[in-house]
Amino acid sequence: MNKVKTKLVVIGNGMAGIRTLEELLKMSPDEYDITVFGAELQPNYNRILLSPVLSGEMEFKDTVLNDWSWYKDHNIKLHTGKWVSKIDRQHCVIETEDGLTVPYDRLLIATGSNPIILPIPGVNLPGVIAYRSIADVEQMQAAAKVSKRAVVIGGGLLGLEAANGLALQGMDVSVVHLCDWPMERQLDKVGGGLLKDALEKRGLKFYLSRQTESILGMDKVRGLRFKDGEEIEADLVVMAAGIRPNIALAKSAGIHCERGIVVNDTMQTYDPKIYSVGECVQHRGQTYGLVAPLFEQAKVAANHLAEYGRMRYEGSSVSTKLKVTGIDLFSAGDFNAGPEDEELLLQDSARGVYKKLVLRDNKLRGAVMYGDTIDGPWYFQMLRDGTDVSEMREHILFGQVHLGDAGHGGAASVANMADTAEVCGCNGVCKGTIVNAIIEKKLFTLEEVRAHTKASSSCGSCTGLVESILANTLGGDYSTKPSKKALCGCTESTHEEVRAAITKQNLKSLPQLMQALHWKTPDGCHSCRPALNFYLLSAWPGEYQDDSRSRFINERVHANIQKDGTYSVIPRIWGGVTSPAELRSIADIADKYQVPTVKITGGQRIDLLGVTKENLPKMWGDMVAAGFVSGHAYGKSLRTVKTCVGSEWCRFGTQDSTGLGIRVEKMTWGSWTPHKFKIAVSGCPRNCAEATIKDFGVVCVDSGFEIHVGGNGGIKVRVTDFLCKVATEAEVMEYCGAFMQLYREEAHYLDRTAPWIERVGLAYVKQRIVEDAAGRVELYARFLESQRYSQDDPWKERAEGKDAHEYTPLATIE
Amino acid sequence: MNWIQVGKLDDIPRQGSRIVHTASGEIALFRSVDDEVFALDNRCPHKGGPLAQGIVHGKRVTCPLHSWVIELETGSAVAPDVGCAPRHDTKVESGIVFLNVKA
Repeated sequence: MNKVKTKLVVIGNGMAGIRTLEELLKMSPDEYDITVFGAELQPNYNRILLSPVLSGEMEFKDTVLNDWSWYKDHNIKLHTGKWVSKIDRQHCVIETEDGLTVPYDRLLIATGSNPIILPIPGVNLPGVIAYRSIADVEQMQAAAKVSKRAVVIGGGLLGLEAANGLALQGMDVSVVHLCDWPMERQLDKVGGGLLKDALEKRGLKFYLSRQTESILGMDKVRGLRFKDGEEIEADLVVMAAGIRPNIALAKSAGIHCERGIVVNDTMQTYDPKIYSVGECVQHRGQTYGLVAPLFEQAKVAANHLAEYGRMRYEGSSVSTKLKVTGIDLFSAGDFNAGPEDEELLLQDSARGVYKKLVLRDNKLRGAVMYGDTIDGPWYFQMLRDGTDVSEMREHILFGQVHLGDAGHGGAASVANMADTAEVCGCNGVCKGTIVNAIIEKKLFTLEEVRAHTKASSSCGSCTGLVESILANTLGGDYSTKPSKKALCGCTESTHEEVRAAITKQNLKSLPQLMQALHWKTPDGCHSCRPALNFYLLSAWPGEYQDDSRSRFINERVHANIQKDGTYSVIPRIWGGVTSPAELRSIADIADKYQVPTVKITGGQRIDLLGVTKENLPKMWGDMVAAGFVSGHAYGKSLRTVKTCVGSEWCRFGTQDSTGLGIRVEKMTWGSWTPHKFKIAVSGCPRNCAEATIKDFGVVCVDSGFEIHVGGNGGIKVRVTDFLCKVATEAEVMEYCGAFMQLYREEAHYLDRTAPWIERVGLAYVKQRIVEDAAGRVELYARFLESQRYSQDDPWKERAEGKDAHEYTPLATIE
Repeated sequence: MNWIQVGKLDDIPRQGSRIVHTASGEIALFRSVDDEVFALDNRCPHKGGPLAQGIVHGKRVTCPLHSWVIELETGSAVAPDVGCAPRHDTKVESGIVFLNVKA
């Protein structure tokens, strides 16, 4: 017998409504009998690409997100070109203008917004068009063929995109705007001025601080008159004075509305049967006109429609980009500084670069950027995370790239990059490839771009650039990372929530943890399992049984996998100090196993490359017999302690840096950390051991030891932050252990110390490690305690037969 | 069918894998969390990575070299990646694993 399905009616066939359905169908494909009403004649299309369609850079068919067959494939009844005129909440029925009635059990209102039409004489004349739908675009394109002069009323985002599009269609375009500069909601006066100059160079005319009194003409538009009496000619007038939530239908049905349809955190209206998403919605007093929040809302609404009942929408902060080819502009947050705020400014007129950051209490409140927007996503992330930026204040305006950013040619401006320019140096992906994928595959998020193009999916150094390309292609409306980032696709929980649950609920195994947090997959995935395994290991040292099946291959077999499937072997060389006898043993072992390549590493060790897996345990046995232990060069763990020769030999050395390095390495080796962890000790401020680009660096001075933290070489070179100065070696050991323990207990898995410190702020780390002396002692004690269980040499264990199955075949058959 | 006995189920770790050497190359045998056994050529369709060294989750394995995800039942890469690792039939009887090597 067929179960009678619950009836879901969706009013609005736009991006918000249909995105909700897509999310719903993913979770619960058969729960609802779905009917969709759309006022427009087209299937769901990407409204944010109207501007490129208008300018002729794209065709309408490229903007369709769900074609007719999608509705058919999912058994969705679609009515296009039909207006819903009434919601009868008492009988749970909707009614269309032409008399069709459809009953509902659940109703989703996604009616979007309407353009604001100014109440002035002449607005109904032929030749006056709003700018909101594909029908408007078609009208404008038709007009551009026969007429010459266009006037756009409204110098906001939408108005400028319309003006730019019409200019590219060959029209003379003027922009009329109430304010002193364009885009005043996204730009301050200086940024707006730069934008105006750039657009004027492209042929747009601006009439600023003008209020339109009336539109002139008898049977069609002929011009415009301003309040001050001035008149300009026009054959086409485009109204782009803003949008307003479309709430008329909801209001007439008695659903509580203010500026928009009022919803709670589950996207439910005051009528529990009725949900609402998108631009028509008012949530916690906010209305949104961008895509990113709308997608977050769709996810939440779908979760509740599917009766999972777990997610909440908590509002979004949004950033904006203008979608005009060749102009780089970015703004986010509240960039008009109030009396309690501070402004940081950078203005380089020759380069056409302007940046303004607004700070309050050392946190970013807003950002405006023009000309060089590559750091937009970085600022936006810090703004949303509420990062304390006091320690990077001196260089924050120069962006993240000023310390060297490898792999993409140092590009700072996406708009001016050629299509053939390489963006992702790891995977060889060009700008054009990314732009095409975004358009053709209809991508909205960084994750989608990574999956489809591989750009930014390896080392991640080009992430800012890829995000900028996304923003540039999709304009202001691209979807940034959700404000609450789940650990992976298997869960809704964040890293912090997982760690908190482990200790609060006393969770001590992977299955237990996954069950308690409602994991969506039976046994996780390659992203979450190693993270959870680490979190459990870090929370319950000595008690939790490490799960080798949740370790990446390198950590599972204690060697680094190479591109041909062989492995490399790197023994620990304490502090980089070795001896002729040790070197002889290494040479003998290399000979015995016919190691094809022997290389000195950057961490003062010796790398034996090209070893087959079967040979690993035997080779380790020989290494152990010669007195070596594993170098953990393969692990998210302590790697090396690099040293210089120090006071024992060097005429400049102030302290015994080599000896201290060895003592530090003996204390910290074998420890598991969220990502790899490197230490160095330099004997004097000449810093030959490069201690200031290590996770933990010590620079010896005559009067003691400077401690530096949070540096790294590699993708984004980051120089350490100075933590403090101490007087004795014993203190160095204590601070080192305490710092590593804090990092282990609080950073996200796969965060190195640099991004972790940038997120929590150096001030926090100083407070925990330097100021709170009692807390430091406790952290240090916890570090030493967990080291008791992790300093068993994994090579020795395996040479003696542990995990033998890892290194031998199951069978050999002819 | 030419079923060849290759070992005991217990010899393959749960959520893990073992290799069988054959005349035509290595075959990876995977054991899922619910004790199903699958066999694929030990070469990722992307750049030939050794799939047997990957993390097994659900009925999938993630290649250790560049994190392609491969379906154990079919050998196909999970979209948007495209490619396929040749598969072989397996069966488990009384705790013994049998493999039928496809030519």
